Amino acid sequence: MDFFLQQLINGITLGGVYALIALGYTMVYGIIQLINFAHGEFFAAGGYMGVILISYLSSQGVNPYACLAISLVLSMGYCALLAMAVEQLAYKPLRQASRLAALLSALGMSIFLQNGLMLTQGVYDRPYPTEITSGGFEIGAISISYMQILIVALTAFLLVALNILVFKTRIGRAMRATAQDKVMSALVGINSNRIIALTFAVGAGLAAAAGIMVGLYYGSVNYTMGFVPGIKAFAAAVLGGIGNITGALVGGLIIGMVEIFAAGYISGEYKDVFAFIILIGVLYFKPTGIMGENVDDTRV
Amino acid sequence: MTIRESKRLWLACGVGLAWFLLLLWPLLGIKPDGLEFTATFKVFGYVAVAAVFIMFFYQVKEAGYLDAVGTPAKQATNALSRAYEKAPTWLLLGIVLAAAVVYPLVTQRYAHDVAISVLIYICLGLGLNIVVGLAGLLDLGYIAFYGVGAYTYAILSINYGLSFWLCLPIAAVIAAVAGCIIGYPTLRMRGDYLAIVTLGFGEIVRLILNNWMSLTNGPNGILSIPRPELFGYEFRSLSSMYYVILALAVVTILAVYRLNYSRIGRAWEAIREDETAAELMGVNTFLLKLLAYAMGATFAGFAGAFFAARMKFVGPESFTFLESAMVLAMVILGGMGSIPGVILGVLALVALPELFRGFELYRMLVFGGAMTLMMLVRPAGIWPAKRVGRRSEEAD
Repeated sequence: MDFFLQQLINGITLGGVYALIALGYTMVYGIIQLINFAHGEFFAAGGYMGVILISYLSSQGVNPYACLAISLVLSMGYCALLAMAVEQLAYKPLRQASRLAALLSALGMSIFLQNGLMLTQGVYDRPYPTEITSGGFEIGAISISYMQILIVALTAFLLVALNILVFKTRIGRAMRATAQDKVMSALVGINSNRIIALTFAVGAGLAAAAGIMVGLYYGSVNYTMGFVPGIKAFAAAVLGGIGNITGALVGGLIIGMVEIFAAGYISGEYKDVFAFIILIGVLYFKPTGIMGENVDDTRV
Repeated sequence: MTIRESKRLWLACGVGLAWFLLLLWPLLGIKPDGLEFTATFKVFGYVAVAAVFIMFFYQVKEAGYLDAVGTPAKQATNALSRAYEKAPTWLLLGIVLAAAVVYPLVTQRYAHDVAISVLIYICLGLGLNIVVGLAGLLDLGYIAFYGVGAYTYAILSINYGLSFWLCLPIAAVIAAVAGCIIGYPTLRMRGDYLAIVTLGFGEIVRLILNNWMSLTNGPNGILSIPRPELFGYEFRSLSSMYYVILALAVVTILAVYRLNYSRIGRAWEAIREDETAAELMGVNTFLLKLLAYAMGATFAGFAGAFFAARMKFVGPESFTFLESAMVLAMVILGGMGSIPGVILGVLALVALPELFRGFELYRMLVFGGAMTLMMLVRPAGIWPAKRVGRRSEEAD
């Protein structure tokens, strides 16, 4: 039972991270129907920006928590700028082109960014400073680290902020309108290019936050770290019903749980396989996901 | 081009460069021991000079100053393509084939090595071309079949001592079965979802190869796989291996050519252009899509068995997603559905980078950038297939 609860806590932590990445996929897919392959690279870039900024700031004698907060904000901003640049260069000119062209352009961008990270940061793992992450407490036989609490709290905070942005502000209303019908929303005076760029920026910002948290949780970052979590987060987005924000959260938690429980009870080596099997199973039996609406045939 | 347009162009260029600097500096300039500027500005300087040069060139070209050079060049290409149209096909093919046969006699070991990988990728590219180019099914896990073929030969020859020539068809059949297994659940999907599911399958196969210790020896791979043997002659030298893969590539080219112009090929093309319409016209889309997967996988299986024999070693890291993306890029770059296009694409992505060995670190960076750039400027590829339409749902 203790083991079960411990795994449950670990699963929630990991699931929260997947949910944050999945939100970017789901928002971008919802608005321009494109699988943004480069999204995993925004996540990796966020992780790297985090380690770069935290090491610089802490060497300047800044308080570790202030360090973390500043780095978080700056890396989210950095990834937002990166995502907007990628969108302008690689996706915007292809709005009218075939879906295949846009998908391959995204794939090319993913490889480009991954190697850009490798060339500037090196091929080896870059360790995160550990003074922030250490520590924790125990309830009975279950141990919870401060890091896990931080991850869950931050995920919850970002989700609430995103919900307010999407459902309570003018920008959010414009986003939802654009996702529903680009032409009509343009007719009522919404600048859809700006809204799309903004969606990319918000999604990448969330991915950057997830990147820092994963870096802190596992203690290091690597330039290839974006690929597998990126795919799992996409699986989470599909599982929850792509284009649906609540769905991304639910999907992320499910994928995180499945991975942790599969690693704990079945086999650690095959844990990644289960995420893919879920993805394939969902797409096969219910392509609209748990919370998705019915999507017409040409879309899927 | 008016002055106003030109101003806008230069403004966009300036904003882009400023943005690039903003993105580049934090990566290169913030070190744990302090801020640094020289490295960033060196890189930025190169990029800025290149960008300004390209912009200048573009403007000069738009203004028509280059017509003096461009028009004769265009005429020359036109004349060349007309000559190509007129020349008998058998003559051209004969020349190419003769050059390919003579090639190892006049070159060195390193050139053999490059030629062998070019030919392996030609087999792979043409196999994927069936799935993506002809049937229009985007497959991001294609390299899994290559892996299945390679491991089939490795395991059968090490454990049971079967010969290469016997394993070759077995590897192809097992890869084709794997293709059907993967293809079956994806038949109901289209477009993006299909791509992501095939990617998932590719990763599952790689993870199985990596973790099934008792069969595949896990991450260590399988060592000392024997080279092929024919009537007592062992293909030990690289040049003899070159002839084996040349033969395989020629068979692949012929088979794909014949398939392309058969009823099956036409049915695939009909599915690619409009699946619903094809079904209404009596094409059995279910069977034909499955067949496309199986045929594509067959050629990957051949190539895989050869790869295992050539390297004498197989390991799971040869079959990653990046390899799938590479093969896909070759098909797209050359021109989907076009055999000479795919061959050109392979040459562009395998042979050209060999000439720039000094820049090897930048190879994948350029590769990713080129893939995006290609989609922006010439989405149909270098040598587009003749019979391509637009999918009905994309027509404007």
